[in-house]
Amino acid sequence: MIEVKNISKSFADQQVLKDISFVFEKGKTNLIIGQSGSGKTVLMKCCIGLLDVDKGEINFGKTCFSCFSEKEKRKIQKEMGVLFQGGALFDSFTVEDNVMFPLNMFTKMSLEEKRERVNTVLKRVNLLNANKKFPAEISGGMIKRVAIARAISLRPNYLFCDEPNSGLDPKTAELIDELISDLTEEFQMTTVINTHDMNSVIQIGQKIAFLHKGELWWEGDKNVILKTDNEELNEFVFSTELTRRINRN
Amino acid sequence: MKIIQEIGAYVWLMFQAFKRPDKGKVFRRQLMMDFQDLGTNSIGIVAVISLFTGAIIAIQMAYNIDSPLIPLKTIGFSTRQMMIVEFSPTIISLILAGKVGSSIASEIGTMRVTEQIDALKVMGINPANYLILPKITASMIYNPVLIVFSIVLGIFGGWLAMLVTGLSSSVVYIEGVRSWYDPFTITYAMIKTLVFAFIIASVSGYKGFYVKGGSVEVGRASTQAVVYSSILIIVFDLILTQMLLT
Ligand SMILES: Nc1ncnc2c1ncn2[C@@H]1O[C@H](COP(=O)(O)OP(=O)(O)O)[C@@H](O)[C@H]1O
Ligand SMILES: [Mg+2]
Repeated sequence: MIEVKNISKSFADQQVLKDISFVFEKGKTNLIIGQSGSGKTVLMKCCIGLLDVDKGEINFGKTCFSCFSEKEKRKIQKEMGVLFQGGALFDSFTVEDNVMFPLNMFTKMSLEEKRERVNTVLKRVNLLNANKKFPAEISGGMIKRVAIARAISLRPNYLFCDEPNSGLDPKTAELIDELISDLTEEFQMTTVINTHDMNSVIQIGQKIAFLHKGELWWEGDKNVILKTDNEELNEFVFSTELTRRINRN
Repeated sequence: MKIIQEIGAYVWLMFQAFKRPDKGKVFRRQLMMDFQDLGTNSIGIVAVISLFTGAIIAIQMAYNIDSPLIPLKTIGFSTRQMMIVEFSPTIISLILAGKVGSSIASEIGTMRVTEQIDALKVMGINPANYLILPKITASMIYNPVLIVFSIVLGIFGGWLAMLVTGLSSSVVYIEGVRSWYDPFTITYAMIKTLVFAFIIASVSGYKGFYVKGGSVEVGRASTQAVVYSSILIIVFDLILTQMLLT
């Protein structure tokens, strides 16, 4: 469980996050949704320790993460897996070396054990026969899979995904969503996902926070999101022709 | 004001970089890769430029000696001296600033804009230490080797030129190379080389590390890395020469 308590964050004179409180639950896929520029990435970066909050607290379980120094933060960071928007694979490493990287850094496993773990997670994300390829040689969907494999290679307790299906075709996007959702349940992780994709919202939104201009405008889940009378949320939800048509019927 | 900020950020980054690596094995692997990228891949250009420059210096000296009072062995002596004190340590370092500096800045800059540096950081790794320290170490170990190689090739180039043009005999040239030798010139050359190697790797690493934006900014940072390190090399050349030779 991750608890965000009254956090605010500004850049220069622009306040990006305004007094946000929310709880991301364990074993669930927690979604942060909102328009581009609403502050989703900034909120996530605060949670993983890439940005410092101006006010408020972020607690992992009972530990106050945002109170920690950079060095103390690392201990909790080692329990996190993060999937960046572009995958952020190391392009001088092969797929296999990318996934093995956290194991090299933080475990004392033998090469055999590491190979085995790498193959297990790559198989888990349905990526076979790509071990020796470089990131530049594989497709966007495969990059996301490798990035997920790298994120879960140390069996994290917390998984963060920034727009995991941006730039993917609808079918692949759905597969990635399913994968993240399955892994969350399997490893009982606290998963936080940034998205502006309504498909994901309906499919895996077990808990949803809707950000609007840096404020937490609405919270709920996939079962109630289509039936609210929150004007800004409805505008976001029914922002495409497809959803509008479905809504009319 | 801005320059003070930049210097502050640079110094802070160096403090981050100069920490004990988390894993020795991983550091050594990075170091080996950087030896290859920053050192071995520069051998070709260093060889060609040094060989030709040595030849050119020797020929110019030969044509400029028209008084019978100046012994012909001055050719060998001057070629050696020029290679050791100025050409190899400074000019080759400037060339490496162009080649190695831009490659360091664009590699690290690309990692920044594609969030690879963020990825390292959230894994709990100190990215400055992981990325920049091996590059500084590799440059400071490999550049002296390249410079010695350049000196030797330059002197050899001069000898070859004498042989081909017949402006001086091989024996006299070699005698010149061995005349009036002061070992301190080598020390002086090595000190300069080490300082310049540090400048190249650290300034370029710094420029890449703080890139904001996209590919255009990465390109700009890599140009700036070359400009800044070149200027600093010349400035420090002056300072070190004043300090060491007076
Ligand atoms: N490092 C930064 N410096 C200044 N402004 C930033 C920074 N990061 C984000 N912002 C601003 O914060 C706002 C929210 O950005 P972001 O969280 O990336 O939105 P999104 O919801 O699309 O992920 C934007 O207006 C952006 O310009
Ligand atoms: Mg974003």
